[in-house]
Amino acid sequence: MAKVPVSVETLREQFGPHLNYAPPGGWKDESIHPAEKLVKTHCCFCGQQCGIQLKVRENRVIGFEPWEEFPFNHGMLCPKGVKRYLQGNHPDRLLSPLMRSERGFRPATWDEALDFTVGRIREIQQKHGKDAIAIYGGASLSTEKSYLMGKFARVALGTRHIDYNGRLCMVSAGTAYKLAFGIDRSPIPWSEIPKAEVLFVIGANIGDCAPITTDYVWRCRDNGGRLIVADPRMTPITRNADLYLPLRPGTDLALLMGVLHVILRDGLEDREFISKYTTGFETVAESARQWDLGKAAEMTGVPPEAIEKAARWIGKSKRVILMHARGLEHQSKGVENCLALVNIALATGNIGREGAGPTMITGQGNGQGGREHGQKCDQLPGQRSLTDPAAREYIAGVWGIQPEELPQPGYTAEEIMEAIHRGEIKGLLSTCFNPLVSLPDANFTREALSKLEFFGVIDFFLSETAHHADVVLAGSLHEEEDGLGCSAEGRVIHWQKSIDPPGDARRDSDIIIDLAHRLGRGQYFPFKNPADILEELRIASRGGVADYYGITYERVDKQMGIFWPCPSLDHPGTPRLFVDGKFYTHDGKAHFNVTEWRPSGDPISDDYPLFLTTGRVVSQYLSGTQTRRIGALVDQYPEPRAEIHPRLAERHGIKDGDWVTVTTRRDDLTIQAMVVKTIRPDTVFIPYHWAGTRSANRLTHRTLDPRSKIPEFKVSACRIAKANAPDPSPDDRGPHLNHALRGGA
Amino acid sequence: MINFDFIERRESITSAAYVCWHCDEPTCAQVCPADAIKKGEDGIVHSSLKPRCIACNNCVLACPFGIPKMMEPEQQMMKCDMCYDRTSVGKRPMCATVCPSQALAYVRPEQIAHRREKPTNTFYFGKQKITTKVYMMAPAEREAVALDVVDYMWEEEHELAATRE
Repeated sequence: MAKVPVSVETLREQFGPHLNYAPPGGWKDESIHPAEKLVKTHCCFCGQQCGIQLKVRENRVIGFEPWEEFPFNHGMLCPKGVKRYLQGNHPDRLLSPLMRSERGFRPATWDEALDFTVGRIREIQQKHGKDAIAIYGGASLSTEKSYLMGKFARVALGTRHIDYNGRLCMVSAGTAYKLAFGIDRSPIPWSEIPKAEVLFVIGANIGDCAPITTDYVWRCRDNGGRLIVADPRMTPITRNADLYLPLRPGTDLALLMGVLHVILRDGLEDREFISKYTTGFETVAESARQWDLGKAAEMTGVPPEAIEKAARWIGKSKRVILMHARGLEHQSKGVENCLALVNIALATGNIGREGAGPTMITGQGNGQGGREHGQKCDQLPGQRSLTDPAAREYIAGVWGIQPEELPQPGYTAEEIMEAIHRGEIKGLLSTCFNPLVSLPDANFTREALSKLEFFGVIDFFLSETAHHADVVLAGSLHEEEDGLGCSAEGRVIHWQKSIDPPGDARRDSDIIIDLAHRLGRGQYFPFKNPADILEELRIASRGGVADYYGITYERVDKQMGIFWPCPSLDHPGTPRLFVDGKFYTHDGKAHFNVTEWRPSGDPISDDYPLFLTTGRVVSQYLSGTQTRRIGALVDQYPEPRAEIHPRLAERHGIKDGDWVTVTTRRDDLTIQAMVVKTIRPDTVFIPYHWAGTRSANRLTHRTLDPRSKIPEFKVSACRIAKANAPDPSPDDRGPHLNHALRGGA
Repeated sequence: MINFDFIERRESITSAAYVCWHCDEPTCAQVCPADAIKKGEDGIVHSSLKPRCIACNNCVLACPFGIPKMMEPEQQMMKCDMCYDRTSVGKRPMCATVCPSQALAYVRPEQIAHRREKPTNTFYFGKQKITTKVYMMAPAEREAVALDVVDYMWEEEHELAATRE
């Protein structure tokens, strides 16, 4: 049983998170022993995938140098990028496989750890069937590794159940764009943002979560563009907004329908575009009729005049970019929300042209590439559908198996955890995922993990989730293996290997390939290097929507990135989609989709009268497995704080820095308050990067969007009360810090 | 060596990042009793010279921008020298190179002229007038901006109207 073997405190002493402040050898060492080489690669964190040069000496990353020629970020980096090099050579780094023991974890040999893993998987599959084992992947894996995970699940294990943490990120947008356009990718490269006349940003905290995009937004304004920001909080980009729409959490659909209503009411739609390039307009127009300004304002809390102004700016401009991220997507109607935004773009003809289009801001490092080639539960390489007979036949051919051998689609990430909880799935092999921190309703996740009969983890640090593991396979960092990534723009980039994994740690792909061989399926995994995997991936993706056939490491290096689709070696890539007015749908047209209002899965009530919404801060990344170990990043925002408006604070007698208990229908959390006028008085915001008693996801709920299966992180019902400072709980307080708390945005 | 903070976090999200402004007549150097702070011919005001600095903190107290920092372990004042190791070999300072919003930019005036803000390098601190090598981008035209979310919400007017009825 995968219960935590010893106290969390003991595990923390051994495996951290400890704070690393200095590179190997210290700061002074570099002047005496300069770097041997600079490796042009990318940041390991968010979906912007900024170019960066890593300084390398004696197989260790000792620092960085900006990569000013890289066309996306021109050397710019956020604090996470500046400090990313401090995760290598970290005292917490796993240097060998670990096996659970009575006293925690003990080092093991690779043979012991891998044979144990294969033995347990076989036992469980023989007893309970192939689908009793599930695979978790992640969107920080290279595209080659993501491809490998999908093939490993379906060919080596034969299980239906593989999904990944991108399920918590891009799936609502991906589902919507596939419905509307037949392709899951941002339709434009970022270089078009400065060309827009109107930039409409909804549910996207660009300053904290996609910091480099801020520069593109400011340049748009310098060119005379107008910035509209819709968010329950004034996030950093709001400081220069020309129009701010402070909508109530979970009411994005009402706002977007109100905007569409005004556009149609005032005849601002692009009739020619609609009739030439789209289907389904009439039904959507009919459904927009009911969303008059009064209703939209009533639902959203945004003044009708402001909604009207936004609609007129959008309707009367020649070039509009509508940007969205998790705020719009992390809802039980996340797909509807994205479709409603797409409907506005289609109604006004804002797509396929320069400086125009709906644009998703992918959050995770390889959030784009990691969702294209088969790591999703319903997908085969090339963004092919696992239920499409032709796709099954083609991929089975590439893999040398019969189409019938390919499993059918399995559960999504949260559904896998629920199947574990009810005993249907008995074993889990997880990599690049920290579900105990990142899935909603963390207490439920903890219960589920402790029910696993086998739990194997591939990771480079021992995450809180990995505390439950039977075996931990020491894997590799971003800079320790060659691979492709794909940024939020759709630009395929090259993660250059800078160093080898330290100690006995191995490349992730070697671990998966070795497991496949030990499972007796080695003939399907003849890969020696990531380049071998890429060769097969290129063929597997060929002819699919996400066609990578023309992409090689050499070409990517030469062009500093290639936008897919890129179907042949002489194809230049496709920065802007739909230039020829052709879409990737069966009829080649863009599709309007009717959207339906549904209340949140966790509605406010007299007992829980406030909205809770969660998100990120600039110095931390996702579940914090990496960034909670980097000193300067932790100092910048050491503890989660509950942001509340002074009006709400006064009602409860709470001052800035006071302790406050936030209670939802799942659990309560006691943290310090941050009293700011930059949030709606009916809303509480908590960043979610922390574990244990500081975990915001103990409060969130497991309602999923019925199509994308994304959890509704952005809308929960809560109440607050002033609290006393809790006793320091040794098992999950942060590392001791000598730095004063500082406010974060 | 950069001061970054929120101006008044309770009131607004506005933040500011200050590098050293590299004053034409640097107050820090003027008050230094050990003559340890030097301005180069290129206008860059450097950290204190280690052999001379007596760690008295005069510069820390006197600088109107609050830039110099006393580094305790070294017993030496250090400050932004615009990354002399980089700028002296033709690179940009690190802060302006990596700044995600290019709010800190190392550019020629003509490269920044198209921005909405306008550059200024004259500051008043009481009676002290200071001109600097580094420019601050200030709003081209000033207008009152509401900083409280409440001022943008519909329920506010709504509730007030309901109360009046």
